[in-house]
Amino acid sequence: MTMLELANINTYYGSAHILHDVSLEIGSGEVVALLGRNGAGKSTTMKSIIGLVRPASGSVRFSGREIGGMPPYEICRNGIGYVPEERRIFSDLTVFENLEVGRRPARSDAPSWTVERLCELFPNLAERRANRGGQLSGGEQQMLTIARTLMGNPKMILLDEPSEGIAPVIVEQMARTIQELKREGLTVLLSEQNLHFAKLVSDRAFIIESGTMRYSGTMAELSDQPDIREKYLAM
Amino acid sequence: MGFIVAQLLTGMANASALFLVASGLSIIFGVTRVVNFAHGSFYMLGAFVAYSAMQVLPGFIGFWASILLAGLAVGLIGLIVEVCVLKPIYKSPELYQLVATFGVILVIQDLALLVWGPEDLIGKRAPGFEGVVMILGERVPAYDLVLIAFAVIVLCALWYLFNRTRAGVLVRAATQDREMVSALGVNQSILFTAVFFLGSFLAGIGGAAQLPKGGADLLMDFNILAAVFVVVVIGGMGSIIGAFVAAMLISILQVFGVHLLPQSTLVLMFVVMAVVLVFRPWGLFGREEQAGEHGGAGPPQEPLRELSGRGRLVVAAVIGALALVPVFGGQFGTVLFADVIIFCLFAASLHYILGIGGLVSFGHAAFYGGGAYTAALLVQYAGTPMELALLLAPLGAGFAAMIIGWFCVRLSGVYFAMLTLAFAQVLWSIVFQWTDLTGGDDGILGVWPSQWASDPVVYYYLVLVLGTGGVLLLRAMAHTPFGYALRGARDSALRSEAIGMNVQFIQWMSFVFAGAMAGLAGGLFVFAKGSVFPTELEIAKSFDALIMVFLGGVQSLSGPIAGASVFTLLQDLLSRFEYWRLCLGLLIIAIVILFPGGIAGAGNWMRSRFSRAEVSS
Ligand SMILES: Nc1ncnc2c1ncn2[C@@H]1O[C@H](COP(=O)(O)OP(=O)(O)O)[C@@H](O)[C@H]1O
Ligand SMILES: [Mg+2]
Repeated sequence: MTMLELANINTYYGSAHILHDVSLEIGSGEVVALLGRNGAGKSTTMKSIIGLVRPASGSVRFSGREIGGMPPYEICRNGIGYVPEERRIFSDLTVFENLEVGRRPARSDAPSWTVERLCELFPNLAERRANRGGQLSGGEQQMLTIARTLMGNPKMILLDEPSEGIAPVIVEQMARTIQELKREGLTVLLSEQNLHFAKLVSDRAFIIESGTMRYSGTMAELSDQPDIREKYLAM
Repeated sequence: MGFIVAQLLTGMANASALFLVASGLSIIFGVTRVVNFAHGSFYMLGAFVAYSAMQVLPGFIGFWASILLAGLAVGLIGLIVEVCVLKPIYKSPELYQLVATFGVILVIQDLALLVWGPEDLIGKRAPGFEGVVMILGERVPAYDLVLIAFAVIVLCALWYLFNRTRAGVLVRAATQDREMVSALGVNQSILFTAVFFLGSFLAGIGGAAQLPKGGADLLMDFNILAAVFVVVVIGGMGSIIGAFVAAMLISILQVFGVHLLPQSTLVLMFVVMAVVLVFRPWGLFGREEQAGEHGGAGPPQEPLRELSGRGRLVVAAVIGALALVPVFGGQFGTVLFADVIIFCLFAASLHYILGIGGLVSFGHAAFYGGGAYTAALLVQYAGTPMELALLLAPLGAGFAAMIIGWFCVRLSGVYFAMLTLAFAQVLWSIVFQWTDLTGGDDGILGVWPSQWASDPVVYYYLVLVLGTGGVLLLRAMAHTPFGYALRGARDSALRSEAIGMNVQFIQWMSFVFAGAMAGLAGGLFVFAKGSVFPTELEIAKSFDALIMVFLGGVQSLSGPIAGASVFTLLQDLLSRFEYWRLCLGLLIIAIVILFPGGIAGAGNWMRSRFSRAEVSS
């Protein structure tokens, strides 16, 4: 069953045309990677989904419902969680207060999370509960931003480059976390430049370049096509 | 010892209302990024509403119920203002929001006059706290102690709200990153409204609680406004504990200042603010602003264009029409249009630093009034002839701008605005209090033009020549490399620094130039009126200039001219009605909401519609 479907969206920043007729669809329970180089338009795609920027045309359907044009809070309440690339932790708030900001009522069609369960998933957060967000390390902030989004009990989450700028051990832990989330039944759209990381967790991949979708296929198919990897992903 | 403690307690009691109002302003600013100029008006309304409620509700319970009721009523009014006035313009540059809240001030002033009349009202004493308490042999009013306790209780309640409740945590989160808060499912719109209610509620109980001490009158709004801004800026925008500490600091210093150096009281708090800002530009408890978060006059703009042939024709036509005013307008028209030209120059000089430089000055009247007083003092004490006085007026104002600007250009955004306001207030206080030199409130009289220019028509032509000359000079400067550098510094200070521009120096010099031009306007004004009073230096005067610029539109050079003309003529027209403030306020709000580009913006819009129609036909 399709969970999220973008059809021919076009997004602008001011007069700069960034996304050109981008389409993608993600089934329920899938983990899908959105791959592309720096500046390709991955973050803009995510922002267009959560409503932080509004696509000028095209449709965004979630669980069969048109969400394009809704304000971000309504899109969130429909069941999409957004984990931004810059993390955007509330640095003046404690770890638990950060979680509190994300809290929303449980829903029957999505895994439900509590602070206790999230502390099991991210043991570091429990230890740091009374610290301010600004005092956490990069890896801890990445955990916190994911945990904060999960507090909203989403059906699907948008993870924007979760492996960026964190230590290799933490990257592995992150991969395990995403696998765990998949087991819980969560749908995940993951943006990545790091193909290795994407391979660890995703079933399928889209490749975006210059705001245009260039490729879509399973992770296994992509592994067999070094030319495509070369063309759109190599640095 | 007893004396010192008693003074300390008096200061703390005075701080109580100041803290309540300032914390409300600070909370509103933190979340919505709106500097609510109408906050002083909410405070005033709190006092009036409580006065009326206390007439009806008797006794101890009635007294405190009235304070609560005043808070709720004012909170509701704040909510209405947020929903009806501010919601439609949150997307506009924040300066339009300032102008809109200024419109709200005018509206509330007249509504209060309408409902409660012009007399000062004296508040009832608080039942149960009418007497005095002896502390270390000094008599301290019991209600002073109540006020101190009240402030502390509110501080604790706010602490609890912001640290122990979900709503409070959301507000703190939104103060930091409202976009992220909305992506986490929080309806910003409701949050903003709630915060406005809370902030207005605090201003309302502030006004109500001081009723037994200070009463209620129609000047309360402006009287507290400057102090509230000072407190918020010293404490740090958005910080409640900062507001508390700063309110205490200012009020206590004030009380001791009265005893040690009575002349100091009007300037003291501004001096403290200037010192704090120079050393801690974000206030004692404030957070550093992120670049681009504030103070911008909007997104980068289209380049200024040199006037086209047709544009030059329009300018020439306008000047020609002005030259004919004495012929057709009679004496009344001549005097009125001299004012219009003077204000055009004043507004254009503000526009130079505000529109082109992106530096929002709230104290531009300092230079206008500064020029006026320079000329008047020269005539009064040195018998200087008009010609020389008109030359020295811009120099005097420019000199003041040099000193003030040196401090101010170190800051940006709201803090720049507040510091300019503070310096303007300092200058005003000096003029107001140095009665021996300036005549204080009585002003300086008998400053008339030289013999040859004594005829109003001749003087009108002098104003026309110097005024349009000043405006054209400002325009020309905008098109020199110096003007381009100033624009570059506004649109990207970092990039300008990277290519080796000394941004602060350029801004400083532009500030001086703009100040000098305002001084010329002031000089012309003095000789037109024959007198000058401290009102020419007032905050309200600076606001007049701001409104002219915003009415006209920040984005174009013709904006301030249009704005000043419309504003001056409107004021002349409306001041014949008893409730002209109400009309003007509503008009300002309507213009800001309907034409976020100002009058010139509306003109451009119509022109583009028109030319498109031409193309399609
Ligand atoms: N706020 C913005 N304003 C203007 N252009 C932007 C903005 N954010 C991103 N861009 C541009 O949009 C393009 C896509 O950016 P982005 O979606 O962030 O790419 P990615 O996430 O794939 O690195 C880039 O060319 C970038 O320069
Ligand atoms: Mg990105």
